[in-house]
Amino acid sequence: MGIYIIRVPDIGEGIAEVELVSWHVQIGQNITEDQHLADVMTDKATVEVPSPMHGKVLALGGQPGQVLAVGAELVRLEVEGAGNLKENQASAPASQAQAAIVSEAPAAPVAGTETPAPAAPVSAPGAAPAPLRASAPPPRTPAAPRKEGERPLASPAVRRRAQDMGIDLRYVPGSGPAGRIGHADLDAYAAGGGQPQAGGGTQYVQRHGEEQIPVIGLRRKIAQKMQEAKRRIPHFSYVEEVDVTELESLRQRLNQIHGATRGRLTLLPFLARAMVLALRDFPQINARYDDEAGHVTRYEGVHLGVAAQTDAGLMVPVLRHAESLDLWQCAAGIARLAEGAKAGRLAREELSGSTITLTSLGALGGIASTPVINHPEVAIVGVNRMVERPMLRGGQVVARQLMNLSSSFDHRVVDGMDAARFIQAMRALLETPALLFVE
Amino acid sequence: MKELTTKLLVIGGGPGGYVAAIRAGQLGIPTVLVEGASLGGTCLNIGCIPSKALIHAAESFEVARHQAAGSQLGIRVADPQIDIAQTVRWKDGIVQRLTGGVGALLRKAGVQVIKGWAQIEDGKTVTVKPQDGEPLRLRCEHLLLATGSTPVELPSMPFGGAIWSSTDALSPDAMPKRLVVVGAGYIGLELGIAYRKLGAEVTVVEAAQRVLPSYDEELTQPVLDALKKSGIVLHLACSVQGWDAQHGVHVRNARAEEFALPADRVLVAVGRRPHTTGFGLEGLQLDMAGRYVAIDAHCRTSMRGVWAIGDVTGEPMLAHRAMAQGECVAEQIAGQNRRFEPMQIPAVCFTDPEVVVVGKTPGEARAAGIDCIDAAFPFAANGRAMTLESTGGFVRVVARRDNHLILGWQAVGRGVSELAAAFGQSIEMGARLEDVGHTIHAHPTLGEAVQEAALRALGHALHI
Ligand SMILES: Cc1cc2nc3c(=O)[nH]c(=O)nc-3n(C[C@H](O)[C@H](O)[C@H](O)COP(=O)(O)OP(=O)(O)OC[C@H]3O[C@@H](n4cnc5c(N)ncnc54)[C@H](O)[C@@H]3O)c2cc1C
Repeated sequence: MGIYIIRVPDIGEGIAEVELVSWHVQIGQNITEDQHLADVMTDKATVEVPSPMHGKVLALGGQPGQVLAVGAELVRLEVEGAGNLKENQASAPASQAQAAIVSEAPAAPVAGTETPAPAAPVSAPGAAPAPLRASAPPPRTPAAPRKEGERPLASPAVRRRAQDMGIDLRYVPGSGPAGRIGHADLDAYAAGGGQPQAGGGTQYVQRHGEEQIPVIGLRRKIAQKMQEAKRRIPHFSYVEEVDVTELESLRQRLNQIHGATRGRLTLLPFLARAMVLALRDFPQINARYDDEAGHVTRYEGVHLGVAAQTDAGLMVPVLRHAESLDLWQCAAGIARLAEGAKAGRLAREELSGSTITLTSLGALGGIASTPVINHPEVAIVGVNRMVERPMLRGGQVVARQLMNLSSSFDHRVVDGMDAARFIQAMRALLETPALLFVE
Repeated sequence: MKELTTKLLVIGGGPGGYVAAIRAGQLGIPTVLVEGASLGGTCLNIGCIPSKALIHAAESFEVARHQAAGSQLGIRVADPQIDIAQTVRWKDGIVQRLTGGVGALLRKAGVQVIKGWAQIEDGKTVTVKPQDGEPLRLRCEHLLLATGSTPVELPSMPFGGAIWSSTDALSPDAMPKRLVVVGAGYIGLELGIAYRKLGAEVTVVEAAQRVLPSYDEELTQPVLDALKKSGIVLHLACSVQGWDAQHGVHVRNARAEEFALPADRVLVAVGRRPHTTGFGLEGLQLDMAGRYVAIDAHCRTSMRGVWAIGDVTGEPMLAHRAMAQGECVAEQIAGQNRRFEPMQIPAVCFTDPEVVVVGKTPGEARAAGIDCIDAAFPFAANGRAMTLESTGGFVRVVARRDNHLILGWQAVGRGVSELAAAFGQSIEMGARLEDVGHTIHAHPTLGEAVQEAALRALGHALHI
């Protein structure tokens, strides 16, 4: 029997670290070669890490949300034969990543302090390495809450363990002298799932729970990107109403004729087409701004970022060279990217390099929105919901299909005037859709 | 500008900042610490440590002088002398050893230390112009403010020349003949007493009616007695109007009479103010609690990802509070559930006699509506105190009447600062009077007075 260390693989050029997203194995589990061990995430893509060996999992190299360096210890396996770990290395973890290993061995007690009973699931063989706080859900209704301001009585060791377990000691009954809460009280409370004792009363109770949800994984990336964008870019927003009655009838007609063979069209490919055409006269809007270096790069090709909502959060895959695609190619491209994003299957190249972004909330679209620019681009156009509304035409009230475009621009490099003219150009194209096809 | 990205950026290398950085390093968090002056902050360089060194030197000198006058222990020494420059060098040696030690601990924990003043650009970006090298822009996920505090100046008497801050008093150029201390808080009294022992004539001016006005009268009475005995002149309920070199410090008393106190040095020790301006902190527009940066039970400020600890966050402005908060923040950044909610934060005055306050005083407990009992045991009845020639003072305990849970300890007397450990522990552990009363304390020690105070509160002290 030997020990085999699986390290964080080199996932792509220039990537020095990855974020651990989830584990698919647990300590004590026997696994086979190629079995899916963990998901890790780089800036852009989530990658599955398979096992190179058969073996038994001895330790896991961290908790979801943790960032690991490429080459850091990911999983420690017990394997047939010699393994790849020499005797003298086994006991002294060298790197920081190793120090963070969640292992089967209980942590050594510190001399002179009371050793708390090991908290259940983390170190128990065969159990998932869930963070401690998950082991004891916060109580849903107060059990025996103390008066406001009254401190629960417990020694520092008990208090610290309660914090680690995510238990609010105010709800834990203490059996010790003067109501002191001991380790045993805490264990009993945790074992009971933090459930309240019997005792009726009103449903109108004060609630004191707090829950911290770690912002990790894609959520963290999104948060960082949004903050970066809003912090760095002075946004200028502009909303315009577009009459899409004719566009809508064209779309339906095209779907009737070609839907079965070429695929059905949504409004998005038309918008993409209008954007491509309008951008010809506004090259400064199809651009990326490097504010550190102080230059704007304009692009001839339109690499269209198409914001896609996924279960994990917002992603912006890129439709490359939208200017070279017809309506149906464009529709197919967008559909493929949206699916790929939902399944987390897109490559890094498909998630970077956009020059302008189109975002749609679809049926939820609202009246107007203030889209956040996809840094380092300089513009984003958002589509709001299409609604049928009464309009006056030649003194007559007629029903028209209306839709708002909500757009934001980087006011450092795009003037308000140009922004407005660009959206007006899009509007003109959309309201007279024949123009979309005139070269 | 060169850029550096880190997970945690700590501004300030005092006990708050350096402990946070060491703990973060231990937990594997990439950490950068920026310090403009010296590692160790106020505490190691110009606060706790050098003041205690000076106090010890003064004490030793006084003992020698006392023995020269003939002591009842039968010791005689010849006319003792003090070379104050050598005393300051000795003190500086201790400071150097300790600050060097902090540097080594930070290195061992993998913390990158940058020497220079930090300028905050936003909640995630800080620029530093290091003492040597080119300016740096530091980006971080978490920003920790541990910028400490600075002494408050009196507008009529700005620091400089004959007007000393506590920092100047810790590195005297020469021994003053006549020292006026403005402010009878712990810093003013600790240093005033030390200077008296070193041979200066010391006068203390205080606006409140009492010395150490934040403590109760029973507790400060032995200090007041000792001050008078030592020959320190007190002017209580007096306000300071100004200073001129010819007449000294202008003072107005409660009856609005004005007089001057001649002095060749004036130590202004009227308090400390949090260091919140001059480095871009205003730009973050954090919520404030008065002059201090407001924090919650997690040491979070009102801005996400920005934390604050230590003196910049308020009272008690003490090194051990800053350290405990630093540890608490580092562990939270490492993903652990933590709150800063100790049962007590001890406070010690290294006056002669020393004063320790841990937990609630009887007055505070009663003001909180708690039915409590308190009892004191005097050192006059403690054998060890007699052998140390220091029978002044007492240990006092405060406990709930219903279940005898200990709420507070206070002590005044020589060497009582070391009792703070036992006091703090009993309160954190939730001890009752019986727990302490029935713990065997070694004989003969000052600690026996602790046990006896608990027994006395239970109604059956043995030695009184
Ligand atoms: C004379 C005296 C005696 C004292 N005695 C005691 C005692 O006996 N016990 C006790 O508990 N406390 C004592 N204190 C108080 C104690 O020193 C403070 O409570 C403690 O130092 C606070 O720690 P801190 O980390 O909050 O701040 P500080 O120790 O003040 O450290 C802050 C550090 O931040 C640095 N800094 C500030 N702004 C910047 C910036 N923009 N860029 C870079 N660096 C910056 C400063 O240079 C400083 O080193 C004493 C204080 C004094 C003055």
